[in-house]
Amino acid sequence: MLIHTEDITKIYKIGSYVVEALGGVTIDIDKGEYVAITGPSGSGKSTLMHLLGCLDTPTSGKYFLSGTDVTSLTDLELSQLRNKKIGFVFQTFNLLPRITVTKNVELPLLYAGITAKERQKKIESILERVGLGHRKTHRPNELSGGEMQRVAVARALINDPEVVFADEPTGNLDSKTGKEIMSLFNDLAREGNTIILVTHDATVANYAKRQLKMLDGKITEEVLVKTS
Amino acid sequence: MHIRDLVVSSLNILRTNRMRSFLTILGIVIGVMTIIAILALVQGLNASVEEQIQSLGSNTIFVQRFSWSAGRMDFQEIAKRKEIVLDDAWAIARLPSVDKIAPQKDYEIASLNYQGKTAKQVDVTGSTPDLQYTTNYTIESGRFINQDDNNHKQMVAVIGGYVVDNLFPTEDPVGKYLTIHGRRTLVIGVLGRKGSFFGQSQDAIIIMPLTSFEKIFPKPTGMQAVFRGLSIQVLPKSGKYLDKTVDQIRELMRRRHGLSYDKPDDFGINTQESLRQIYKNITNVAFIVMIGVAAISLLVGGIGIMNIMLVSVSERTKEIGLRKAIGASNRNILYQFLFEAIALSIIGGIIGTGLGLGIAKLVSKVSPLHAAAPIWTIILGIGFSAAVGIFFGIYPANRAAQLNPIDALRYE
Ligand SMILES: Nc1ncnc2c1ncn2[C@@H]1O[C@H](COP(=O)(O)OP(=O)(O)O)[C@@H](O)[C@H]1O
Ligand SMILES: [Mg+2]
Repeated sequence: MLIHTEDITKIYKIGSYVVEALGGVTIDIDKGEYVAITGPSGSGKSTLMHLLGCLDTPTSGKYFLSGTDVTSLTDLELSQLRNKKIGFVFQTFNLLPRITVTKNVELPLLYAGITAKERQKKIESILERVGLGHRKTHRPNELSGGEMQRVAVARALINDPEVVFADEPTGNLDSKTGKEIMSLFNDLAREGNTIILVTHDATVANYAKRQLKMLDGKITEEVLVKTS
Repeated sequence: MHIRDLVVSSLNILRTNRMRSFLTILGIVIGVMTIIAILALVQGLNASVEEQIQSLGSNTIFVQRFSWSAGRMDFQEIAKRKEIVLDDAWAIARLPSVDKIAPQKDYEIASLNYQGKTAKQVDVTGSTPDLQYTTNYTIESGRFINQDDNNHKQMVAVIGGYVVDNLFPTEDPVGKYLTIHGRRTLVIGVLGRKGSFFGQSQDAIIIMPLTSFEKIFPKPTGMQAVFRGLSIQVLPKSGKYLDKTVDQIRELMRRRHGLSYDKPDDFGINTQESLRQIYKNITNVAFIVMIGVAAISLLVGGIGIMNIMLVSVSERTKEIGLRKAIGASNRNILYQFLFEAIALSIIGGIIGTGLGLGIAKLVSKVSPLHAAAPIWTIILGIGFSAAVGIFFGIYPANRAAQLNPIDALRYE
């Protein structure tokens, strides 16, 4: 099992005000699965994704990633986990604006301590893979939204992660570009990548084979989609 | 992340933010510039002062009525002191550790004349042959005064380069007669040039036998008697015995002056060391002031860096969140911001050092001050600014490192 959680909760306290963003989530996700987490805005999708992506720790419950109890890891171990096993794609792309496409994609490799020569090779091939071979030296503000998201996808994939999380990846794109990005995710899924897609958009969720529907911090329904 | 990658990426970030980087380092630049300029000038001053002190004759002891290093002189008291007399000199000469002595008197004369030419403000010295050794004179031509000249009160003189320039620009002075204080005096030798001491030419000098000197110049009175009185130059057998010799002279002089043990010295025994001591006393004050100036300017520069780094951390909160999401550890982030701060201040330090040396050079061009920049001033300038970068960069860097990735990613 790649991802296994037991009754994880997340409670935010703002002064005396308490928000239960997650109210006990138990899920299992296997390697190679293509999962969509759906639900209305505020239902806790992003919170769940952050916990699964080791960006945050649950208030209670257990989380195992490839068998490792994530809640017991130090900052350094968590950062290495995020670096090597996890890739993120965000709604707002989150590219560093002042550096080129190549440099943006290179960042995870730098934190992984990969040599310059190998970095070069990996960047070339991943940019080719997402269809940005011709944009290497451009800066993010010289790219279209779809291209920026492709850079983000390339950055997420560069260290061959075990799972890619995408939080509303089409949220800032027009529908045509959104479709292109979704078909990129489809291809990645078909190649065996584990993809966890977070979206409130049913048509986007329908690309995934398994849908987890959330409401008020809980998973309320699970749908398996028969694919053609 | 490897150090080299860290360095490269930090420099990249600073380069893409050129204007801000420049403004940030301005404080450091000015601080380091001030320090280096002052240091270089002080170093230069130290070197030239030391050179001049050395030129006095390195181990020579001067026995006089007053001490050079006595902070504030009580002239009334000094004027009441016993005179230094020739018998003192002969007694000192008999001390076991003493090699040579030269009793000596000075008189600044309005002018020397030779065939209608005049040399003004020449220092006339009356002394004995060993003055040549106690004051390190070299002879360029002719000879120095000798014992015979002294015994017979001969009107002969050895002259310095300044006198040659003014009275004998085109002829050989040796064998010619110049007029000093109305007396015809035979030039028997020319001294090698010594240059100037604290801006005063050491070549505006004429040396004659002490006996002849006393014959033509009146005994000074009043305050003149203090400064123009007899002084005795003493050369110890070896530099190693300098302190011992000073002690022996002190004991001898106290005995000769009949001082009881509870009375202070009523004479001065001066050495190069006393000159150095005076100079050190002056420059110590300057040094403390300089350190104060340096500390304040570096503090200002450091606060500037801290301020800009804090702004940078808050502006780049999202970037920090993203970096953490893709694998940066707290430590990676800490190093990144710390390194940016250090890089900024080192660049500031390098520019400041360059400008400081430039200013020092300029000052030494347009003024009599010299500038010297030993390699350690440069290392100091850059090292100091690096330290400032670390000290003032650690707090913003730590703040960046401690940011929660989720909060940072959400930050707008
Ligand atoms: N850092 C936070 N502090 C306080 N409340 C939060 C925080 N993050 C999320 N929440 C709350 O938790 C709930 C779930 O949020 P989120 O996971 O972002 O929902 P979704 O992504 O499904 O729209 C919301 O009510 C939100 O306001
Ligand atoms: Mg969300």
